[in-house]
Amino acid sequence: MFTYYLDLALRSLRRNRALTALMIVAIAFGVGASMTTLTVLHVLSADPIPGKSGDLYMVQLDPRQARGFIPGEEPPDQVTRSDGEALLRAGKAERQVVMTSGEAAIEPARAGLLPFFIEGRWTSADFFPMFGVPFVAGAPWTRDDDDRAARVAVIARALADKLFGTTDVVGRTLRTESSELRIIGVIDTWRPTPHFYDLHSQVYGREEQIFVPFSTSRELKLPRSGSQDCWDESPDPLALGAPCVWLQFWAELPGKARADAYRDFLFQYSLEQQRAGRFARPPNVRLRDVRQWLAFSEVVPDDARLQTWIAIGFLVVCLINTVGLLLTKFLRRSSEIGVRRALGASKRSIFVQLLVEAGMIGVVGGALGLLLAWLGLWAVRHQPADYAPLARLDLPMLVATFGLAVAASLIAGLLPAWRGCQVTPAIQLKSP
Amino acid sequence: MHFFPILSTLRRHRTAAILIVAEIALTCAIVCNAVFLIRDRLARMDQPSGVVEDELVLARLAGIGARADRAAVTAQDLAALRQIPGVKFAAVTNMVPFGGSSWNTSIGLVPDSVDSLSSGMYFGSADLVEALGVRIVAGRDFTSDEFRDFDDVQATRTKVPAILLSRGLAERLFPDKNPVGQAVYATGRDPVRVVGVYEHLARPNDMSTKERARWSMILPITPAFTVGGNYVLRVDPARATEVLAAVTKTLERVDPNRIFLDRQRFSEMRENYFRKDRAMAYLLVGVSLALLVVTALGVVGLASFWVQQRTRQIGVRRALGATRGDILRYFQLENFILATIGIVLGMALAYAINLWLMQKYQIPRLPASFLPIGATLLWLLGQIAVLGPALRASLIPPAIATRSV
Repeated sequence: MFTYYLDLALRSLRRNRALTALMIVAIAFGVGASMTTLTVLHVLSADPIPGKSGDLYMVQLDPRQARGFIPGEEPPDQVTRSDGEALLRAGKAERQVVMTSGEAAIEPARAGLLPFFIEGRWTSADFFPMFGVPFVAGAPWTRDDDDRAARVAVIARALADKLFGTTDVVGRTLRTESSELRIIGVIDTWRPTPHFYDLHSQVYGREEQIFVPFSTSRELKLPRSGSQDCWDESPDPLALGAPCVWLQFWAELPGKARADAYRDFLFQYSLEQQRAGRFARPPNVRLRDVRQWLAFSEVVPDDARLQTWIAIGFLVVCLINTVGLLLTKFLRRSSEIGVRRALGASKRSIFVQLLVEAGMIGVVGGALGLLLAWLGLWAVRHQPADYAPLARLDLPMLVATFGLAVAASLIAGLLPAWRGCQVTPAIQLKSP
Repeated sequence: MHFFPILSTLRRHRTAAILIVAEIALTCAIVCNAVFLIRDRLARMDQPSGVVEDELVLARLAGIGARADRAAVTAQDLAALRQIPGVKFAAVTNMVPFGGSSWNTSIGLVPDSVDSLSSGMYFGSADLVEALGVRIVAGRDFTSDEFRDFDDVQATRTKVPAILLSRGLAERLFPDKNPVGQAVYATGRDPVRVVGVYEHLARPNDMSTKERARWSMILPITPAFTVGGNYVLRVDPARATEVLAAVTKTLERVDPNRIFLDRQRFSEMRENYFRKDRAMAYLLVGVSLALLVVTALGVVGLASFWVQQRTRQIGVRRALGATRGDILRYFQLENFILATIGIVLGMALAYAINLWLMQKYQIPRLPASFLPIGATLLWLLGQIAVLGPALRASLIPPAIATRSV
């Protein structure tokens, strides 16, 4: 029966090619536009560290001056050097890391290569196991290296290739900012998206290429980048004890009980600091896991959301258009339907027949929509946004695109098909 | 004319009529908002910078490691840059308008005031005001003895003797006083005297309100090229290309052991800064056009169907004496009625969408003047779309009425 309906649908669609093409194109454009923007949203709101995002927590304290205090206000999203180092020493979490984004001028030893800048991260040792950074050679440094401010570095594969033409570089030295660092590890291409652990540096479009122990970076005075907020005058905002926040602090706390205990610890710590006169405000701490933190920070750009709404609006207009055209088409065939009903076809089978026709438009429209979404994403990749290179169709979105097209055309077909099967055979069979 | 007959016909084709009205309404609402958003983006891209844009060439570089000779090298750089033919002024500054990276500080009338205003903090070497072409509207530019070294100020070894305020900031701080000669607190606990007010200098990054975007100050503090590292050259526009070609070589001759990040004309940087807005505006134009085309095709499809369905009825009317013009106008009026209902609903919807966007995305209120634009557009579109089917209807011969089927 189904093949018979398919045959009928095909005949009907062929009979009025312009109308069929119009419906297919409308569905395809609507679906193509929606799926392009939805794919971008899907990529932008992806879990940057699947499997672990529930165990990693971002730490916030409020070390600011008494002036301008509003109870319950959001504390700064970075910590001071004093607090960062104190929390690291306390070591109350499974793992913890204090860090900042950095910049380093690399002075290559290779002839013909000019000095150049790269993005880096000055961080404590737990960074690598905590965020699951993949190594291709060597290993991360240890907490002991942190304490000794060892002159070591972990570099990215791309940098190793650029500087030495190979990734087999463990043990070699690297010259940066007038200092020598020994390379102890090379990591694979690694770019968590969004760049959740430090939203002050580019959220989507950044790859850090050199990692140096935080303690070492302070001894060598390696330049840093990102935001720095001081609430009082300071001759050196990066010094220990300076009234400035500029470091990110993350803790790994498996299980809710650990997280609650750590929150209590942060509260106690703040209270002690207040009693000691270092904190002017009552304890105000936040401990958010990766997902909560990303949701709170609203990392997905407004423009991407706005574009999605526009595309969905467009799809709705295309659907209304298709409903109208299908209705026109089905009612125009009243006499044919009347004959089929008179010959014994039930309302149900007419309904199914008409829906098959609508579904067919959806299948072709979906295929075309997929092509358009693919083209659309190609166009997005050439847009000037920092997330542009990430916009690619993955399997779930591919299936979703096709599903959306078929579902949309079936929904669009419901009303016309229902109206179509209401045709009373008697009236249609009388000569007009 | 045919108003009531049309209404009763439409009532009998209720579903199709409702669909087309809904389509027109939705299109009208989306297009109204899209046109408004496009205008918003264009206005953003058109923001004044306050500098002489076509005369500016910028170069950015960075040092390697801590350099003790940074101030001396900077002075040599500036001297060498001034020697390039076509360069009128050269200065070093911590930041540039639309440059992205920004320096900000709070400024108020008392030290540590709670209601001090976070403003853009520009500082640079002696010729900065002249090099940028910032227009002084009250008071004077800095004198050469007012400039201090950045490192000295940072280490609080010296005090900043003077400050220039933007007009926007001066009016906010001193609503009913002449700001020139007044004291403000900007960099620390010591008062700084306002020596002049300049018209405008755009901030390097986006601000949440138009008013905030106008708050900036200039301080007579000379940074080394390692602080921000922007050289600003004011050049003869006719020779800008030559200057651009010579900049890097000139700086390399002074000291090659640095990283030369980029050199560009101000216009390029501006274009770069607003790239996302341009892309969004193009996208909105594209979607609006696509929407209008889809809606027009929908109108054509429905009108064609109605013409076909009413062939006999039209024949009868023609046989009873209706002219071709009458038939043509019947379909045009029918479309006009449908479009009008759609437009009225569409405007209400446009307004609702705007309210929702205002809440979610900090978009300004849709001015009422945008509604007629959407209305006219859709009326025209409807009339153009219905013309073909209506003309076909008017060509139906009266003889059709006498034929069976």
